Amino acid sequence: MMIDAEVVTLSRLQFALTALYHFLFVPLTLGLVWILAIMESVYVMTGREVWKRMVQYWGVLFGINFAMGVATGVTMEFQFGMNWAYYSHYVGDVFGTPLAIEGLMAFFLEATLVGVFFMGWERISRVQHLLVTWFLALGTSLSALWILVANAWMQHPAGAAFDPQTMRMEVTSFAEVFFNPVAQDKFVHTVSAGYVLGSMFVLSISAWFLLRGRNVDFAKRSMTVAASFGLAAALSVVVLGDASGYSVSLNQKMKMAAIEAMWHTEPAPAAFTVVGIPDTRARTTHAAIKLPWVLGLIGTHSIDQTIPGIAELVEDAKARIGQGLKAYDAMLALRRNPDDAQAKAVLAANGQDLGYALLLKRYADDPRQATPAQIQQAADSTIPNVPVLFWAFRIMVGCGFYFIALFALSFWKASKRRLDTQRGYLRLALWSLPLPWIAAELGWIVAEYGRQPWAIEGVLPTALGVSSVSAGQVWSSLGGFVLFYTALAVVDALLMLKFVRKGPDGLGIWPPAQPADAH
Amino acid sequence: MFDYTTLRLVWWALLGTLLVAFAIMDGFDFGVAGLLKLLGRDNEERQVLLEGIEPTWEGNQVWFILAGGATFAAWPVLYAVSFSGLYLAMFLVLLAFILRPVGFNFRGKLRDPRWASLWDWVLVLSGVVVMLVAGVAFGNLFLGLPFRFDGDLRMSWQGGFLDLLHPYALLCGLVSLSMLLAHGACWAALKADHAIAARAVRIARWATLAFAVLYVLAGIWLAWGIPGYAVAGPAVTDGASNPLYKQVAVGGSWFAGYLQYPGFWIAPLAALLAAVAVQALVGRRGVGGFVASSVMVGGTIASAGFALFPFLLPSRLDPRSSLTVWDASSSRGTLELMLGATVVFLPIVILYTGWVYRVMRGRVTLADVRKSHGGY
Repeated sequence: MMIDAEVVTLSRLQFALTALYHFLFVPLTLGLVWILAIMESVYVMTGREVWKRMVQYWGVLFGINFAMGVATGVTMEFQFGMNWAYYSHYVGDVFGTPLAIEGLMAFFLEATLVGVFFMGWERISRVQHLLVTWFLALGTSLSALWILVANAWMQHPAGAAFDPQTMRMEVTSFAEVFFNPVAQDKFVHTVSAGYVLGSMFVLSISAWFLLRGRNVDFAKRSMTVAASFGLAAALSVVVLGDASGYSVSLNQKMKMAAIEAMWHTEPAPAAFTVVGIPDTRARTTHAAIKLPWVLGLIGTHSIDQTIPGIAELVEDAKARIGQGLKAYDAMLALRRNPDDAQAKAVLAANGQDLGYALLLKRYADDPRQATPAQIQQAADSTIPNVPVLFWAFRIMVGCGFYFIALFALSFWKASKRRLDTQRGYLRLALWSLPLPWIAAELGWIVAEYGRQPWAIEGVLPTALGVSSVSAGQVWSSLGGFVLFYTALAVVDALLMLKFVRKGPDGLGIWPPAQPADAH
Repeated sequence: MFDYTTLRLVWWALLGTLLVAFAIMDGFDFGVAGLLKLLGRDNEERQVLLEGIEPTWEGNQVWFILAGGATFAAWPVLYAVSFSGLYLAMFLVLLAFILRPVGFNFRGKLRDPRWASLWDWVLVLSGVVVMLVAGVAFGNLFLGLPFRFDGDLRMSWQGGFLDLLHPYALLCGLVSLSMLLAHGACWAALKADHAIAARAVRIARWATLAFAVLYVLAGIWLAWGIPGYAVAGPAVTDGASNPLYKQVAVGGSWFAGYLQYPGFWIAPLAALLAAVAVQALVGRRGVGGFVASSVMVGGTIASAGFALFPFLLPSRLDPRSSLTVWDASSSRGTLELMLGATVVFLPIVILYTGWVYRVMRGRVTLADVRKSHGGY
């Protein structure tokens, strides 16, 4: 059965939109919840009421955001089945497990405790409430861990093999799936990015209070927490970003080459192109400014290993398509006769390239009948969108270094008790608010768009993963998402603005309307 | 540890358990939401009802998320076929699940009564949609769904959203709706201010009566009006998960299983006896009525699952493509690991869920609502 190209395009668009939208809320939840946990810890240790009120004020904003995160997260779980049914069948045996464990181990924890966090202040002791907050924070980060284990498997499908009887990938080693090195780097990089974002949120809004001369003590305390937590997180993002880059260069050579717009293999150690204009048609980068050695050092952590360029990787893909076709033929033979020993041997030898034969399904009904021109087309299709990746990556990294600088400055100012002495600094902190969101979204674009044309790197082409639904059906759901998500975004933004404007003073949170409890 | 056959049976039971847990735990939230305008006559009364579910609904909803995730992991092809085949129905349910969290959270954020009323309607509609669609979908399982697989196990589906609205499926939708409204009303009788609880008792009685009548009707229709499916020839219970390896005979009875395993009768009997118990107990406005309605919900879902056994998703287009317990599961290793994870984590989940319910126990009164500033 031929795949409907329109359904593929629409399903990808819908997935990209809903996933990027979901990730507007996730990192804020991830970061803000730890800031709440830190503030509440100070409250329990010192007994000073203002820290409790800080938890309650930032908690209101956390709650609005948390609801949006939960609402848009359900979409992600539905969408694999609704729009990517063949993907779900083909890899569910491996990919479903971390998602299910996420529900069992993490999401249950955070969702069950969030109600007590908001409504349990009067019903449980201080220490109990602090524990609830800590477990809530732990739940959110654990949740990210399992989702990223699943995502890392899409980038680096370790610990699984194809079974011709069930026509799907099946787990051979859960240890390899769970302790996937890509997952470890991705997890720390992603949650740290969330911690940076949460810190920026608190830093920027507090800076706005200081600019207005409102809630001064409240804002300074909040900024101090944000600056310390943010600095540690910003350092961690960049260090683990480097580790992530290293694992990409090991496992996803094409993504690496595309990010660097490295059209041809260079002698080691390769230079890093700081900026330039990648030209997809001519396969060259114009006006490139290069730093010698740097890419080789980042990508291989050595000075003598080469990083393959795009042209060489396309040739490599072509060779793998050839081997994949042998595996494909053996797979069909095994479907006719499960005991065909010769076919079993061929599949065992070439099975890791089966996915490359599946790339041809976009061009030919039966991959074995593909013409050399179609094989070339399929090999060329393994090149992701170079200019987009090149720029997305550079903007993200630029933001990352900027965050280190800003949080270091904030940390220094906080330790000198000079947070509110310079309006220029406060404005800078305020206007930096959108940057972590931009960096986080670009990070996902690099990771996911950079993996194209694969849904599972080297195993399952994205186009094959779609459901057998009609374009009309996907149009209606896509339209529905655009409509509802836009409306929710407007409501969310208005409510956030309202509660920021009101501030702890306007809401009667601090200073308290009645005299505060002294202890 | 276990052989493949046993693991598949265990996971069939676990899938059922998760669905029942979802229907009991989140079902009363949906029921209360669906009755919001009927039970709560003004904004304050509706606030009482909502505060009775607000601290716990979010955790309750995870039973659904978990049922979905576990289906993805343990029954991947079932997840793939049901979610993509029932595309628009699933999208409707998804919209309800998107709107509920924001509805609960945003409703109290502005003082304008029109704002609260807007979100009240959102909650009512999202509750009713999920309760109805869940039943309609279940009903369609007995009618068979229009899908088939090709050799690559790529599924194709012939039919649209409107084809799901067969009268029998609609009847099942009403069974589900009346059952969960009754269940929600039992919760309100237990949790809400006495003025509202009295109303909830009356609604619970009527809804339970409607449920019992519709449920028996659906059973009679199923026994005499709808052909059953059966796996032809000896069932291979530990073979590779490929639905195309078997043959299926259509034309038997969906009650064949009940004749073969008389123990199955426990489920429908429990559902009906529990319906009687709801009538007797709900007036006391205690835990008894709610426990009874929980048994009613569990018995109903189990009775449908037993009738279908060993089928999960019958296909009327190409009966051979039907999914059964024996050919739609994950690999043995995955089932084993997932079972281990469930055995370790589920008791922990139940433990802290129990703690949260204990912390948040007690009736929500009108006085409470006037004191608080609108939940969170």
